[in-house]
Parts: sequence; C-alpha cells; structure tokens
Amino acid sequence: MGREEHPLVSMRAITKQFLNVAANKDISFDLFPGEICALLGENGAGKTTLMNILFGYYSCDTGDITIKGEKVDLSSPKDAISRGVGMIHQHFTLVPSQTVLENIIVGTQTGKGIFLDLKSARERLLALQKRFGLQVDPEAKVWTLSVGEQQKVEILKALYRDVDILIMDEPTAVLALSETVELFQTLKSLVQEGRSVVFISHKLHEVMAISDRIVVLRGGEVVAERKTCDTNKRELANLMVGRDILERIEKKSLKPGRPVLEIENLEALNDKKLLALKDLNLAVRENEILGLAGISGNGQRELAEVLFGMREPAGGIVKVNGMPLRAGSPTSPIKLQMGRIPEDRIETGLLMDLSVEENLILEKHNAPDFCGWGLMNFARVHQFSDELIAAYSIKTDGRDAVTKSLSGGNLQKVMLARELARKPAVVVASQPTRGLDVGAMEFIHQRLLQERERGAAILLVSEDLDEVFALSDRIAVLFEGEIMGEVAVEEASREQIGLWMSGVRQ
Amino acid sequence: MIGLRIVKREPLPRWARVVIPIAAIVVTLILSAIPILVAGGHLWKSYFYLFYGALGTRFNLLETFVKASPLLLTGLAVAFAFRAKFWNIGAEGQLLAGALAATALGINLGGVPKPMVLPIIIIGGFLAGGIWASIPALLKTKLKVDDVVTTLLLNYVMIHIMGALLFGPLQQPGSSWPRSSAIIEAAQYPILMTRSRFHLGILIAFFAVLVVWFINSKTVFGYQNKAVGVNIRAAHFGGINTTSVMLWTALISGGLAGLAGVGELCALQYRLIMDISPGYGYSGIVIAMLGNLHPVGVLFSSLFFSVIIVGAQTMSRMTGVPTYIAEVIQGMALMVMLIFLLFREYRIKVVKKS
Repeated sequence: MGREEHPLVSMRAITKQFLNVAANKDISFDLFPGEICALLGENGAGKTTLMNILFGYYSCDTGDITIKGEKVDLSSPKDAISRGVGMIHQHFTLVPSQTVLENIIVGTQTGKGIFLDLKSARERLLALQKRFGLQVDPEAKVWTLSVGEQQKVEILKALYRDVDILIMDEPTAVLALSETVELFQTLKSLVQEGRSVVFISHKLHEVMAISDRIVVLRGGEVVAERKTCDTNKRELANLMVGRDILERIEKKSLKPGRPVLEIENLEALNDKKLLALKDLNLAVRENEILGLAGISGNGQRELAEVLFGMREPAGGIVKVNGMPLRAGSPTSPIKLQMGRIPEDRIETGLLMDLSVEENLILEKHNAPDFCGWGLMNFARVHQFSDELIAAYSIKTDGRDAVTKSLSGGNLQKVMLARELARKPAVVVASQPTRGLDVGAMEFIHQRLLQERERGAAILLVSEDLDEVFALSDRIAVLFEGEIMGEVAVEEASREQIGLWMSGVRQ
Repeated sequence: MIGLRIVKREPLPRWARVVIPIAAIVVTLILSAIPILVAGGHLWKSYFYLFYGALGTRFNLLETFVKASPLLLTGLAVAFAFRAKFWNIGAEGQLLAGALAATALGINLGGVPKPMVLPIIIIGGFLAGGIWASIPALLKTKLKVDDVVTTLLLNYVMIHIMGALLFGPLQQPGSSWPRSSAIIEAAQYPILMTRSRFHLGILIAFFAVLVVWFINSKTVFGYQNKAVGVNIRAAHFGGINTTSVMLWTALISGGLAGLAGVGELCALQYRLIMDISPGYGYSGIVIAMLGNLHPVGVLFSSLFFSVIIVGAQTMSRMTGVPTYIAEVIQGMALMVMLIFLLFREYRIKVVKKS
C-alpha cells in the first residue's frame, strides 16, 4: 500500500487450524496509527479468529505478531491489554449488578494496598468521558443501561486501560440506528487522537461509512485490500462472497387473496408485566408479504411470541383462516398451519444438542407419516430429512450431525426447512436474516418469496429496512406496541417509515 | 516456563464414548492402590482377591449378579430421569416405596390365585415408586419447585413413613423390632439357579435395560423425552407437551427404582426391615453418571460396582483391608469419570510461557 509510516500492528503469515477447519490460512495484516481498518467478510470467514489471536485469546499455530515494532508472544488477553490492544466482543463482559465505575476499575490497580481510591478513578473516568463524548453515569448500575450505553462502558473500560488499538467485533449488531451514529462519532474521535480501530463487520454500508481501509477475508484468507475511497459496495460484495451478488430481488406481481392471518385488538404484557402491545390490528392476505418494520424492543418479540403460542395475550384475538388461535399453546399455531421462524433460533427454535434430523422432524415427529403405535418410523424420517437437507442445501456432515456444529446460516436453513416443509398457510418470520451473511440472507429471501408465490400469507418482522422494502407488498411500522401506520410499498418512502419508527405521526 | 491450559476440543468420534469409561475404570483401579497401601494391604494380593471374590467361583459370580440387580435398576431409573433433565435424586425413596408396596401386598394377597400374586406385586411396586416420583415432577411442572430439593427430601419423608408403619400397622405381631411379618410364599421371587440366590429380579433388571434402550431409541416418547432434556423451551415451542413428558418420565423412573425395592424384599429379605437398602438409590446416581446415562453403559457400570462391593468382602477377609475400600473405590470411580467426561469436550494444552 506504499505507506511510509511503520505499522502499529503487523501480523505475518498467521495460520490457525481448528481440528479439520483452517480458520486462518497464511494471513498477513497491518494496522497503521490513526486509522479505522475494517475487516470485512461473511460469517465464518475468519475475521473474529484473526482478531482473537491479536487479543491473545487464541494462540496461532504459525505466524508472527509485531506490536509497536516489538515481536510479541501473546498468551492471554492480559498480555495483549498490557501492550495496548483491547477488544470488545459481541457479548459484553460486564457485571450487571455493579456500577459503571466498579465495572471499569475491575482488575486495575486503583489506590494503594487494600484501599480503593474511587475518587481519583472517578476523576480519571470523567476526564475520559469528556474527551470522547461518552456520556454514561458512572454511578448507574449496569443492568439499568441500554445496550448502547453498555457498549460505551466497554469502550471506556478499554480506554481506561490505555488501549490504543481497539478491536470491535460487529459492534452495531446490537445497536439501534441512532446509537450506531453515536458509536461512529466516538470511533472517529478516537482515531483523531492517533489511536487505531479494527472494525469487524459484514455490513457493507457501515464499512463504507466508517472505515479508511478495508481488508476483505473469505474462507480464512485475505482476498483483497482496498482504500475505502477507491471502492464501492458492489465491488466489496463480489470480493466478500466471491461472486456477483449484491442482492437483486425480483418480485412477481401477484394479486393478494383473502386475509389468512387476522390480528384483532391484540394486547400483551412483556416480562416486566408492562403493556407491550396496545390494541394491535393487522391482517395479512394470501400471496402477500406484510413487512412489520420498527426498532426492536417495541413489541416485536411479544407479538411474535403471542402468535407462536409462547405468550398468553392480555386481550384480543388472532385468527388463522378464520379459526381462532388458542392462547398460549404452541400446538395451536402448528395445527392451524402457521410456519414460525422465531428470532432467537438458538434458544427457542432449535434443539442445538440434537441432530439435524431430530430438529427437522420436531413438529411432525408424532404425525402419522412418521410413527405408528408409539414407535418412530425411521425409514420415513431419514428419507424426509435427507430430502430437506438436499432441497435447502444445508451444509452438514449428514442428518446425524449435531445441530450446534452448523454455521448460523445453515441453522436458519434448518429452521426454515422444518417450518416450510409443512406448506404453511401463513408464515411469521421474526428477524429471519439477523446476523446472517449475504449468501444465507439471499437464500432466505428467495425462499420467502417462493412461499408468497405458493400462496402463503407472510408476516415479516424485521429491523432491516432494506429487507422490508425489498420483500414486502405492504409495510406497517410498530412503535411502542402500536401500529404507527401502514402503507403499500410502492407508496412508501424511507423518510415516512423512518418517522414512524421514531414515533412521529403526521 | 511451561503452563497448562484447558481448551475446547472438537467433538470426539463415537468410539471414544466407549473408551472413556473403560479408561476411567482403569485409572480408578490404579488410583485405588493408594488407599490399599495406606491400609497396609499387599497390593497384588488385594487386587487378586478383589476380583477373585467377585468372579472367581460360581457362587461368587452369581452373588455379583444378585448385588448388581438393585444397582442396575436404580441406575436406569436415574439415567432415564436425567435424560429429560428431571433431576431425580430420590431413587432411594422410590425404592423404599416399592418395597413398602410389595410388603403390604405380599402379606395380604393370600386369597389371590398364586400365579397372580407376583404380577400384582411387581406392578404395585412399580406404581408405588412411580407415583412417589411423580410428586416432585408435578411440583416442578406446575409450581416450578426445584426437583433436586424435592426428590432428595422426599427420601427422608419415605424413610419416616416406613418407620411409622414398621412401628405401627405393619409391625410383625408380637415383635418389638421395627420389622414386618414375612410375605407369603407365592410372593417370593423364584430362585432360578440351584445353590445360589440368582433370582427372578435379576432377569427383570436385565429386561429393564432392553426396555429402556427400546424406549430411548425407538419410540416417540424417547424422542420427546430427549428433546425436553436438551431444551425444554424449544421442545414446548415444537408442540411437545412437556408437562406430560415430565410426568411420564418420573413415573417410569420412579417405577424402575420401585422394582429394585420389590426385588430386595421378595428375593432376599422376605420381610420389610428399616435397612432394606444400604443406599442403592444414591449409588444409582453414580452408576448412571458412570454409565453416561446410556442403558448399556448403566449395565456395565452397575456390574463394575457390584464386583467392587462383593469382591471387597473377600479382599477384606484375606488381606485385612477393610471393606470400606469398596466405597472409596466407588467414590473415586465417579470423580475420575467426571474428570474424564470433561475431556470429552476439552483438552489440556501445554503452552510455553516466555
């Protein structure tokens, strides 16, 4: 790249093998002072592994790491932090019951001997907050903070330890739009002070917006390096997946039929026993996708759970093909031909410790096709699951492979295969592509469109506006448990939807 | 400097599931040398008599099976419950419930046609154990009461119920001891081999291995029971009636433990006494873990346990090492097994530290 300055970090010929998968193959990577460098790649490309090696979390099989001109052998994150490398993982490592300040000073030398010097720690923290505009109350308990605020605490924790190389692993995955904007400002102010940031992501628009330089990983190898100003989303997408797929969604125009899913005056409480859905009314018709947009936490989870039979509504009624859904019973939506894609596929959707096959048959395991006299008919079960694995091109070692060995995209394919194999009359898909890479996302989108053509009524609950606009026939917006408005996609504008999402009604 | 670190490993191949318990037993026996030496025993002699005492003569071998049958049944009971994550620590109480039912029936079924007596007792003992286990399952599913606590505490409730009955209505007339009258002859398990105590209950226990294996791997209920154990929320989401699965699991689990009690009563004691079980229900937990919750694994681990228990008698007589050694070896077997099970998912890596 013809830079004159010396790299802050230089990783050479890094290789890391996980039993039979090479996560990193001969990767070289440099990080220069004062830059935001994006590591772009699909899930499983090796981005996080590479950075976990730099953070001392994994050790590499072969390769050298030089930090600030000194060759290092990192055996733990502690080593890495002492050399100025900090990493913020997707899942935070904060103690919820302690205050922000307590979380930040944990493990540092604060005060003398056994006496804590909280006063000077607080002053130091406040000075850092002022310098980087990271506003969080130091005395607030962490559990009371929003996810965005918790992320700020993580960043402060790193800065408090004088970290000048900050690695952020998919930091926006958990953030709302406004919080993302704020995070980007923080990152920019960090690099202005000469610190460097590694930004791990698979979201093209974010990488374009925030980075100075982009390193693209695919299958554990570096496939390209670009200056952000010299590239564009299309090129990056090609590099990332190795083929030309910046998704183009072709949607047949279909005339919607009669309403299949009808939600009338639905009310529901959240886990804190507060009203999460207020007098909600929606109808989805045959051959139609209704996109329900909105920032998550506005009742999406509660709505999906009521529809799935996992939460009892406080009032109102849900009908599928005119038949009322029995409240709080997961068998009722199954009987009424509802395909259900829950947002937490790992907790609710799938049995991670069972085989792929055992997951595929879950809802049909006691259907007459698969059993008689209380005994499983394994010949039929094997045939059924082999067919589904082929039809959905699920990448697995076979139907007997344990489900948790699958990648995120393939897990979602298992989920989809199971639900759509029943040829459902209505599909409720909650955040179906969250956390998935471009390839898997495209597959899921195509499958949902095929269901629409087959005649299913589809309720797509999603935070991803691109997805909502690309797939939906109509768009409704959920805000604080209420429908802010509903509009046909041809008449919808992003501005309008954005306003509704932030609670502004014209 | 060299350091050790525990790192996660890729899933092990199938053969490892067989090799790990065997390796654990070998390591246990090697480690057992320490207490044997401390007790002043001659090492090779002690090991020789340990195995000779359990397997060396026809009578001893058959006696090992006699000892294995209650251990096998309680082991299966615990393994079946744990598979659904119903934490049944109460096999001891369920065993006593089975023995109690067998006693009450065995004393009073004089008027029933003889061939009907044993089937009634076996079913009655099974149901008594099963119903006793269903109480905590009901509390768990309906009121979310912790099953570890309730199953454990119900053991003591059952001991005291038994005590009250043995000092009360079930006490042998004229006796001042807490023991019942003898059961009628038709209620006794037949002895299947001459010059031994090899009884019907042993066949029942072996048959139970087959039944549990069949339920686990062939039936719809086995699938549901496993799904509930892996992730009860996802099983519920998938339309499985988790309450019903939990209750049936408890009924079968408690029933198996109840059969162990029936066997001890109808084949060995013929009357109920306070110490009818030397803690078979608790050993069952260890045996289930050692057998990796698999019915065939439970079969082998119960045989291993009974070899140690029976063999320790001879070893003690011949070398002077106290029989307590059997309990030490059992405890060690569990710990070694738990450590070895850890290695299924993790391995130790040697790292050089600069």
